[in-house]
Amino acid sequence: MPLEDLSYNFLTGNVEKLVQWARKASVWPATFGLACCAIEMMASGAADFDLARFGMEVFRASPRQSDLMIVAGRVSQKMAPVLRQVYDQMMEPKWVISMGVCASTGGMFNNYAIVQGVDQIVPVDVYAPGCPPGPETLMHAILTLHHQIQTGEILRRRAVGERGTTLRMVGEPATTKMLGGAEDLV
Amino acid sequence: MGILSGLGGFKVTLKQIGEPRVTRQYPEEKRPKPPRFHGRHVLNRYPDGMEKCIGCELCAGVCPARCIYVRGADNDPDAPVSPGERFGFVYEINYLRCIHCDLCVEACPTEAITESKMFEFSFTNREDAIYTKAELVVDDEGHPRRMPFEDWQDEDEEDTSGWVRATAPSGDPHFEGVVGWSGELGHGIRLPERGQSEISEDEMAATFRLREVLADRISRKIGGKVW
Repeated sequence: MPLEDLSYNFLTGNVEKLVQWARKASVWPATFGLACCAIEMMASGAADFDLARFGMEVFRASPRQSDLMIVAGRVSQKMAPVLRQVYDQMMEPKWVISMGVCASTGGMFNNYAIVQGVDQIVPVDVYAPGCPPGPETLMHAILTLHHQIQTGEILRRRAVGERGTTLRMVGEPATTKMLGGAEDLV
Repeated sequence: MGILSGLGGFKVTLKQIGEPRVTRQYPEEKRPKPPRFHGRHVLNRYPDGMEKCIGCELCAGVCPARCIYVRGADNDPDAPVSPGERFGFVYEINYLRCIHCDLCVEACPTEAITESKMFEFSFTNREDAIYTKAELVVDDEGHPRRMPFEDWQDEDEEDTSGWVRATAPSGDPHFEGVVGWSGELGHGIRLPERGQSEISEDEMAATFRLREVLADRISRKIGGKVW
């Protein structure tokens, strides 16, 4: 029975906070280090910016033992079903950080070979911009995720169309307009 | 063989107890960034409040990741936004495409777009990453606007991009090859082009002398060359 079904009282409220703290304090990442961002992820795990301070030093190779998938690098069309398979093998609760611009939107590789955003395949919780995001930016993303876990806003299973499960376009996105005034032709 | 010989391997491990720690405690302790570090962009303004962007779209044209979207519009003669004929009416940068190459900073003829040193930010959805002009342009004190999902340090506004620029303003050949400091983020020290403003020549010259004083102060501090 999930915790959110219990009516909130003093005892279960504190238990919930304890569980959220425990989940946040020991997030085990599954590396999905695909490209250059993987180097920065390794740098975050190394001694200078230590991820072990957050309980994340064990990068589990097996998805069944990990909580967080850091998609670090560009996802090609060939790699996309593999990514989904690894994500499906992770057990709940699981989170995804899309590290770098290539994983978030396809980055500067706006072509037929690269998936334009890993949120077309898996639901993403935090996007870290940068090419590559330095260890500081990756840690900022991780701390954002920790805050979300601690406050419980991430505990609910995502409904379809919510927070990156499908890409929502509100209004008319400016980036699809063609430069040079050719939008009249579209 | 024996127990004690097996303990020799721990000598290296135990010696590390006395070694100095190299770990930076990240959120509490941040390392200083070198000058001209590539971070988040800002759209600058002149000290009199006019925007520097003239809507020429050179930055969008040079961007290799196609992350900038610019549309220019004609300046209203009664209320010009920028000195000159056009201004940047729509200006958006998608930070989930930007690779922070700073080619846009090099291409800008008026030094309207420069990069601050702030790069610690993250988003929870893709719409937050598209920064519009309202978020990029500096406020009335010349400071960049800080969003809640960004982590600004005060030093992120200092010693930002001073560049050898690809285009010289007004085609003046003396500017080429000279690294110039733009008087820091936000407010520049260059006399704006005389557009539709009604300030007389003498008033402009008077204010320019004031800016020269500021420029002098800057060059003493950094040792940069000021035109």
